[in-house]
Amino acid sequence: MADWQAVIGLEIHAQLNTRSKIFSAVSTAFGADPNTQASLVDLGFPGVLPVTNEAVYEKAVAFGLGVGATINHQSVFDRKNYFYPDLPKGYQITQLDEPIVEHGHMDINCADGSRKTIHITRAHLEEDAGKSLHRDYAGETGIDLNRAGTPLLEIVSEPDLRSAEEASTYARQIHKLLTYLDICDGNMAEGSMRCDANVSIRPLGSSELGTRTETKNINSFRFLEQAINHEIERQIVVIESGGRVVQETRLYDPDRDETRPMRSKETAMDYRYFPEPDLLPVVIDDSFISAVQDRLPEMPDEKRARFQTAFGLSEEDAETLSGNRSLADYFEYVASASDPRQASNWVRVELLGRTSKDSFNSEDVPVPASELASLINRISDETISGKIAKTVFDALWQGETDSVDAYINVKGLKQVSDSSDLAPIVTAIIANNPKQVEQYRAGKTKLLSFFVGQVMKETGGKANPKQVNDLVRIQLDTA
Amino acid sequence: MVAHVTTPFQSIAEIRANLDDGTYSCRELAESLISRIEEHDNDINAFITVTADDARSTADAQDVLIAKGQAGPLTGIPLAHKDIFCTEGVKTSAGSKMLDNFIAPYSATVVEKLKAAGCVTLGKTNLDEFAMGSSNENSYYGPVRNPWQKSHVPGGSSGGSAAAVAAGFCPVSTGTDTGGSIRQPASMCGVTGIKPTYGRVSRWGMIAFASSLDQAGVFARNAQDAAILLSAMTGADPRDSTCIDAPLADLTQELSTPLAGIRIGVPEQYLSELDAPMADLLTSALFEMEAGGAKLVDISLPHTRYAVPAYYVIAPAECSTNLSRYDGVRFGYRCEDPEDIEDLYKRSRSEAFGDEVKQRILVGTFTLSTGYYDAYYRKAQQIRRLIHQDFVAAFNSVDVIAAPTCPGPAFQLLEKISDSIAMYLQDIYTIPVNLAGLPGLSMPIGQIGQMPVGMQLIGQYLDEARLLGMAHQFQQRTDWHLATPTLQATGVSHG
Repeated sequence: MADWQAVIGLEIHAQLNTRSKIFSAVSTAFGADPNTQASLVDLGFPGVLPVTNEAVYEKAVAFGLGVGATINHQSVFDRKNYFYPDLPKGYQITQLDEPIVEHGHMDINCADGSRKTIHITRAHLEEDAGKSLHRDYAGETGIDLNRAGTPLLEIVSEPDLRSAEEASTYARQIHKLLTYLDICDGNMAEGSMRCDANVSIRPLGSSELGTRTETKNINSFRFLEQAINHEIERQIVVIESGGRVVQETRLYDPDRDETRPMRSKETAMDYRYFPEPDLLPVVIDDSFISAVQDRLPEMPDEKRARFQTAFGLSEEDAETLSGNRSLADYFEYVASASDPRQASNWVRVELLGRTSKDSFNSEDVPVPASELASLINRISDETISGKIAKTVFDALWQGETDSVDAYINVKGLKQVSDSSDLAPIVTAIIANNPKQVEQYRAGKTKLLSFFVGQVMKETGGKANPKQVNDLVRIQLDTA
Repeated sequence: MVAHVTTPFQSIAEIRANLDDGTYSCRELAESLISRIEEHDNDINAFITVTADDARSTADAQDVLIAKGQAGPLTGIPLAHKDIFCTEGVKTSAGSKMLDNFIAPYSATVVEKLKAAGCVTLGKTNLDEFAMGSSNENSYYGPVRNPWQKSHVPGGSSGGSAAAVAAGFCPVSTGTDTGGSIRQPASMCGVTGIKPTYGRVSRWGMIAFASSLDQAGVFARNAQDAAILLSAMTGADPRDSTCIDAPLADLTQELSTPLAGIRIGVPEQYLSELDAPMADLLTSALFEMEAGGAKLVDISLPHTRYAVPAYYVIAPAECSTNLSRYDGVRFGYRCEDPEDIEDLYKRSRSEAFGDEVKQRILVGTFTLSTGYYDAYYRKAQQIRRLIHQDFVAAFNSVDVIAAPTCPGPAFQLLEKISDSIAMYLQDIYTIPVNLAGLPGLSMPIGQIGQMPVGMQLIGQYLDEARLLGMAHQFQQRTDWHLATPTLQATGVSHG
């Protein structure tokens, strides 16, 4: 690798989270029975016509503003023609020459701490295809057209990325922006965001571009890095062994960690693009753009900075907690209703220890923000210890309870902090362990924790540890 | 056999009066026409599907409305739809083997609107496959014969709808016109036909041939009937983005406007190559207009000769992708025992599309290909703009343009079917109008060899009312539109 430089550009397909499809009024909800969410338009029946769901314009414009791009006042839909069973019309409606968004950029943090600007060539609107199901039917292919017509924003970067790590950092930031703008649910496991990676290599110091390959349909950041690294290494081997990289489309297989060819340039399809005659050009005027601008939410960088100042967080913690809008909203709720530093710890350690930051969705988390805030407050007001709090959190996570306070009461977890209750227990423990008392008084003060532990054991962990500590020390030191 | 309650050649106005005064009922009228179709359509082949039972029950419902005094202008008026308009629960074939098994699960906007207006649909009419043709010889269901002379074609692609009106099967019918498919058969069958401005009538449910050119319109015995029917079909439709955002139009409002003072442009390019009999009839019709007070103005449409080549790039390009959905996967014809998906596509399409459709798909696929797009499709779009500009310039000095509808009367079956160029030139006078998106009307102006011919009136955007008004005024002064063919009953009669 030392002699080679990778040149990488990404095409990111983000499903826009509109309620209905881009050219029909059918729901886009994921997971319905096959073909139950496909209208005559989605099925490409004779005589049907597309009508654009105008909600997609606002989302595309919001993205454009989020990456400082030019919003084209007029953009045009085109037909991309090819035959495939899950492409009902035999063409995909997309945008070729006149996309809705052009010339944006996104700054990313590089491994060496520097900032780097990644240029975004364009972002255009198009419709998703259906799915071919090869595994479910022996010898036959099933077709599910529920996804056909789901709106996509395809975000195309310039080949400004130089490593798999940069590519995944860029993709993560795009993901973060999409979820912040609430234009994509960001659920990569469900295919809401997919990446195609264009990769080529060139001798270090060269300014010419090598022949690139395109690896398609990568649906996790981890796979993205693996696929790019694999492809870089493959190309180096090809060239160093005297071969030539062939321009082709490849598919990444995460099970085998390899890419393999799908089709070469020689057999590349001629998509016969031409302007879609069933749709008028999309006209976006300045007042529309400024209305979208006015409705834009707080951007990720703004939120991170605010978390640092408002909640006293480190930059790193604030970066983590603002990493996804749902997570940020969740954290902000907890932090505003309890101790912010504790909130930061609990969310980062306990919550993100159990779920991934990238796919975090507060609706899927079994611990509501309000209950996490209560839990932290019960620690702060010394109702329970931090250790007990972890067991309560586990109970919430496992669905054993949905109320922190009810659980503490029912399980009798309230810590004992009344010294009239605790003092006799401490006295008894001291009386029952004369040998340890003698050693303690002889200077082995580390044994303090032994006595505290015995008291905690005796009280089933409910004693206020700080208070036990004080009582034990007083009795040992004064007796 | 059902007794005929009326002459089969009544206009909407005459039928309306008879229905309203109880001379006959909607049901009796429908029965009478159904029996006429059964008697004569074996010869003419205007219908692919006759929906007799639907027609009877719809007619009964209209009789109830009339009895309650709730009749509108079209209540109980029988009609036929070109079999390219999806009709819920009825086979909608587009004249193709591909859709021979296709029962439409929904209705086109045109079908919905005319049903709501009270029309009684008698059936679905024959057409060139996917509306591609000028003689109706490209139908999977066999050619339509011209009611005036059965050895001759009715024109196309809406040949069945034109022949149905000419044969007295129904007073009015619907059609579509992509390059002349209403006006040309109207001329050849001696009826009045109008293609309105592109976008005037919703294309929802109208099986697409070439999306930027396709437009629905009507056939009728006269301009007044055409105005009544077309009015009910217009209006904005949220399901068609290219439909003009204008309310339902009253296109009858200029029927009584006199011809006096109307400036009629006569394009030199449209007359220079006409045969003498056709030129003579056109001249007589123009003189009649002039006698009515209209003023004739010579104009030039300099890019006319590029229209047919441009059209035969643009229309096939659009059709090549519009017809991609017929792949044997979800509906329509599927070949037997496909080996794999490639085989399924190839054989389903090879076996179910006819030669003309295949030819146009091939041409369109070629002209959109990388390396040819600029030379063909882009160039054709540039020509389209020039043709549009020709019309815009002409309309600076005239109100309407008069022209032949087609070069001559109907030709014989098989006469031109093997010569694509000769067939395509049939539409030389109608195609520029589609390229510019303008309204065009054809009305009968005489006969050559006992076969009717028509004159075309071309209007400005949304100026259909004026075209219909001028045609009506012309029809007040002449009686070519009243001429009807005599059908010899040779078919098996049912009833």
